[in-house]
Formats: sequence, structure tokens, C-alpha cells
Amino acid sequence: MSAAIASSTATTDQRPGAEVVLRALKEQGVDVIFGYPGGAVLPIYDALFQQNAIRHILVRHEQAAVHAAEGYARSTGKVGVVLVTSGPGATNAVTGLVDALMDSIPVVCLTGQVPTHLIGNDAFQEADTTGITRPATKHNYLVKRSEDLARVVHEAFYVARSGRPGPVVVDLPKDILIKPAPYVEASKIGHRSYRPVMAPDPARIQEAVRLLKRSERPIIYAGGGVINAGPEASRLLAEFVHLTGMPCTNTLMGLGSFPASDPQFLGMLGMHGTYEANLAMYGCDVMLNIGARFDDRITGRLDAFSPNSKKIHADIDPSSINKNVQVDVPIVGDAGQTLAALIECWKQDPTPVAKPAQLDWWKSIDEWRAKKCLAYVQQGPIIKPQHAVKRLFEMTKATGRETFISTEVGQHQMWAAQYFGFDKPNHWMTSGGLGTMGYGLPAAMGVQVAHPDALCIDIAGEASILMNIQEMGTLAQYRLPVKVFILNNEYMGMVRQWQELLHGSRYSESYSEALPDFVKLADAFHAKGLRATTADQLDDVIREMLAHPGPVIADICVAKDENCFPMIPSGAAHNEMIMGPDQEKNARSVTDEGMVLV
Amino acid sequence: MSDSNVRTATIAVLVENEAGILARVVGLFSGRGYNIEILTVAPVDEEKRLSRITVVTTGTDMVIEQIKAQLDRLVPVHRVNDLSLAGPHLVRELALIKVIGQGDHRVEALRLADAFRARVVDATTESFVFEMTGDAEKIDAFCALMRPLGLAEICRTGAVAIARGTLHMAA
Repeated sequence: MSAAIASSTATTDQRPGAEVVLRALKEQGVDVIFGYPGGAVLPIYDALFQQNAIRHILVRHEQAAVHAAEGYARSTGKVGVVLVTSGPGATNAVTGLVDALMDSIPVVCLTGQVPTHLIGNDAFQEADTTGITRPATKHNYLVKRSEDLARVVHEAFYVARSGRPGPVVVDLPKDILIKPAPYVEASKIGHRSYRPVMAPDPARIQEAVRLLKRSERPIIYAGGGVINAGPEASRLLAEFVHLTGMPCTNTLMGLGSFPASDPQFLGMLGMHGTYEANLAMYGCDVMLNIGARFDDRITGRLDAFSPNSKKIHADIDPSSINKNVQVDVPIVGDAGQTLAALIECWKQDPTPVAKPAQLDWWKSIDEWRAKKCLAYVQQGPIIKPQHAVKRLFEMTKATGRETFISTEVGQHQMWAAQYFGFDKPNHWMTSGGLGTMGYGLPAAMGVQVAHPDALCIDIAGEASILMNIQEMGTLAQYRLPVKVFILNNEYMGMVRQWQELLHGSRYSESYSEALPDFVKLADAFHAKGLRATTADQLDDVIREMLAHPGPVIADICVAKDENCFPMIPSGAAHNEMIMGPDQEKNARSVTDEGMVLV
Repeated sequence: MSDSNVRTATIAVLVENEAGILARVVGLFSGRGYNIEILTVAPVDEEKRLSRITVVTTGTDMVIEQIKAQLDRLVPVHRVNDLSLAGPHLVRELALIKVIGQGDHRVEALRLADAFRARVVDATTESFVFEMTGDAEKIDAFCALMRPLGLAEICRTGAVAIARGTLHMAA
């Protein structure tokens, strides 16, 4: 009875659309949005001006707004929120949206739109935003009726965070933001068609446990799905790995879901993964993939991928299963619930564990580990990039401060993944799927907004950082003390590495000509600029960077010709890794089939 | 993935009848490089705002399983049903076929139409429009016969399909 009265008053109590949008955001627990104003969203900016509950961070480019929201989302587990205007505001956001789609990051992006009566008329700053973003989002909406407004905003949050998370666009015509609209509470809305399966099928869990118990050479391969399932899922992963005594490897997206310092951790797998992780994947007899998607950076040549193993694949997205690799035991469900069920079943199932055989398996793994595939020699004055990351890791660890790392894309990203150890989930933000140069600085910005007292470091390359360098202005405006740690080798290093390996060392357009002076650049953006050109300066620069209370750009001038190893060349199998520069020349020449791969 | 494993699948998809849903489905097929042989769509339940899409596609089992999973993953999709796997099912399409001619050709066209149970829905002294329903082969066969008799224009709806028996789809 009272509910009925409440809902009838709700429909009569109408407020301008912009206020309804903000009220819905508040009800969804939003405390910050990243955005950039423009004509079509002025009503929302006016409503923002008249309230204090939601903070707005003014970015310098809409792409950065989305990456910042991604950083915020990945470090908090909450939905990141973006507000941009119509036309160029929306099109600039597209790269960020696809990035969030590929990496399954929950983001709601509100875009302005020309008024409904002008849609389709090629009005000023009109773009077909829902058309353009349809394949760039998990779902999108164009609100054409005021009565749908509140429901659509609530639904957008539900869709963004449920199941396999992703970005959702809500396109808001200006007249809808001005006209009075009714408010509807989130609890009054149930989604009509989207109800992802969370609980795994117990029969599949049992099948998986029996396979794993009988396995002589098992491996657990965990990805970003474990991180997306929340910190409890990572705790359960560690519990399961310890309970079973099995080796565990992480994808790039999964780093931090299992502690890097744990003796059962084999490091990252894949194209630039460790020797031990990749050989264990190649030689295992049972593989448990949890929350990863057999990406081509992981599998290498598909027909030679882990050829003799039974594969168990647990994923919340049924379309990820059997997409690239045929598996024997598919499990659809949330990674946390799946791990909890696996632990429960492992404890109860009477199947004996193939323990002695597993000891032999660990012996092989230890032999592979003894290769020390990540070893490098730091000699003389030239700073090795690996050494720079390793020192950064050791020195930040010594501070005892909570540390979040983001990266741009390229060699520095792989070195960061290899040499910076993550013991906790949600502390590592990198563009894995899309590989978006320019991701790291805005992402670090979003993390810093969510964690004002933490140490937020963007490990960058000198080429990537220039793709969203304008965000230094945002750091200054909001006093966000993000540290930008540039491994400056004056090359688009990964491009140069591929040209060296695959294109006869013809370094076509990969030299970073006419670089800015990053120290002066920092100064121009009201930040501190530091530079290390020799190995003996490195620690001092890192120390000064960490101690400085404001934003810093540290220009670390590293060896120009260093390549990222180990490497599985494109089109090769896990057991055909190139371990280092000495092997590079003798490496099996890449086949024509391999050449076409990216 | 050898071609020998390629099969044709008739897939029924029950969706929210909302703006852009057809673009979403078509975009999924083009974006991921799947084939669409036939695609039909129409609202089937105005009250519940549901539409039904019938897609006929070809691919290996792995690809067809992917297509179904990808369709099911679209937020406004309620149900995806592979009729080819679900068991016996009916497939029908409707065609309107215009034949222009005189004399014996007209008589022959009319005789064949009768044999195929095609109805005359428009006639002038020089033309007929035939309406026929059936599966694709029947319509193909009729059109082939009309070709020498003055076939001028063909319009087909594409297939709609439903399972035989009590098996049914609901949101």
C-alpha cells in the first residue's frame, strides 16, 4: 500500500532530466565522474554545479576520461563514470570504450546528444553515437522518452557491472535533460532479458576436481576474470592453489590475483611470459583456466598449444568457452563462486591425488626456473630498462606504501609485468586486450582520485606518454601526485623489436624523433621533472620521485637497443621461445603464417 | 577446421523489441565475420515487446556454437534456439513472383502455379503475380520453371522457422 503511494508520488514529483540523472547516479553510489563539458550536456553540468555529492574531474581529452574511469573502476571494483558531450565528445571517447570492452571493465559513459527533434538532421555536433558505439560497448541506450530516463541509467549500471563487466553508453538528447522526468528507484527495476549465470554447475565442478586430482602435471592459469570477481575470488584462488599444491600462472590481466611472491607462482605466461610458465603450459596434462580467454597472446600457435592436456575452462561468459581452444570441461560461472565450489568439492571428493607424480612435475618446473629467464646484466653506466623497473619495485616496496601501477603499451609494459611483483589484486592497471598507447597516465589519474594517499605510478614509454600527455594539466588542477616513470629509449621499442626480428632491422618510422625535454615539460605542467641518464643516478631519481608530494615526470634514459625477452615469436609454439639476444639470430625464422599475425 | 564439417543452422532468437536490436544482430555477424544466409525479423508479442529473429547461417560446429553464444550474450536477447539441433522443425517462406507474358506462356505459367499451389494475387492481360509459401527449394524450383515463361520479378521474405510438436520458446 505504502509502496504504491510512494510510486504514485514519484511519478507526479517530476524534476528536470539532468537532476534525475544525477539522482540516479547518487543512488548507484557514484562519488566521482570524469568528464568534459559541451553544448549538449550543459544541463547536467548546471545540475552538477548545484550539488556537492558527486565530484567532477575535468579531463583534457575525452579518451582520457574513459581511461581514468577504467583506472578508478579497476582499483575500486566499482563502476567508473564518464560524462562527455555529443559529436566529438562521444567519438573521442570511443577508444576508451573499446579498451574497457576488451578488458571487461565496468564503465558507464553518459554522452550528450542533440535534441530529439534534431536527431538525423546533421545538426551541429551531432554524431550517431549509439550507432558508432554499438560494437564498442557491452550495451548502449538512446533515451528518447523522459519516462525511460531513470530506468535506463539504473539499467546501465546493472549491465556494466553484472556478468562479464563492460562499458555501457547512455546517449542523452538535450531536450530530455531539460524536460521534467519522473524518478524511479533502482530497486523497482528488474532487467527483462539480461540475467547472467553466476553459480557453476556442480556436476562440472566434480568432473574438474576429479581430472585435477588424477593429474600428474597440472597447472592453474588465472586471468582478469578472477580480479573482476572481487578480492575474495583472489583469496579463494590462493586457497585453492595452496590446497592442491599446484603451480599457478597469471595472464597479463590476471597479475595480482595470485601473489607474485608465492613459491607456487610461475610468473606471467604468454608471448613475453616466463620460460617456466610457458613450458608448464606446453607440458601439462590437465589445465585449469579460470577467468582467462585463451587470447592469441597466450596461446601462440593454436595447433601447438598445450597439445597433450585436458582443459578445464571456467568463465562467466559462455562465448569465451570453445572460442579459440576446444576444452574438455566447460564451467560457466563467476570466478569466485567457481573457486569456492572447487575448494569445497576438492575437500570432499575421495579421489586420491597423484602426489608422487606431481613431485616429478615440480622437479621439471624447478629445472625450467633454474634457466632464470628474466636474468639480465646491469653493467656500466647505461641503465637497463629491466633494472629500472626492478629498482622501482624494490624501492616502492621498501616505502611500505600502498602502490598502484599503470602502464602504457609496449616494451615498458612487458618489463613492468615481468619485474614488478604484484601480491594483491586491483593494483595493476594495463591495457591488455586493445593495447592502447596513452592508457597509463589517465588510468593512474583515475586510481589516484580513488586512492588519494596511495602511490600511483605510470610506468611509461616516451612514445606512449605523448598520446595523452595533456592530462598532466588535470594532475596539476586536482593536485593528483601521480608519478610518471618513463623508460625512455627514444624508440617505439616494441615496434623496433619486431622490425629487428621480422623486417630485417629496417626501423621504419619507429624512432622517436624530436622528443620534448620531459623535465621542462613537467615544469610547464606545474610538476616536478627528474632525469637519470646513468645507472648511478637511478636510485636517487627514484627516491626523489617517491618522496615528492606532487606529480612527477621521471625521465629514465635507458639502453636504446634492449629487447623484451623471453619472447614467443608470432606463429610459434610455447616450446619455441627466444630466450635472449644470443638466440635471436639462430631463432627459427618466422614463417609466412607467423608474419601475418600481429 | 576443414570445410567438410560445415553445416547449415537455423537459429531462432527471441529478443526485446527495441530500437537498434536488428543492427546489433547484423553488426555481430559482420563484425565477427560470420555468414548470414537469411535473416528475418518481426514483432511476435506486442504486449511483452518481443520480436523473433530467424537466422540461417553456415559454419563449422565450433563457429555455430560461437554464433549462438555471441547472440545469447547480447543484452536484449531472451532466448537462442538452434532449431537444426533441437529436432524436427518447419521452415517456410513467402514469395511474390511476377510473370509477364502472353499466349501459351501464360497458360503454362498458370498450370504450373496450380501444380505448385501458388495463388494468383494480381492479374492483368499481360501479367500475373503469384503468391506462394513453402520451403526454399520449392520456391527455387517454381522460379526456375517461370524463367522461360516471362519471369520478371521475385520478392521473398526469407525463412521463418518453428519446432514441430510441443517444444516451444518463451521469454
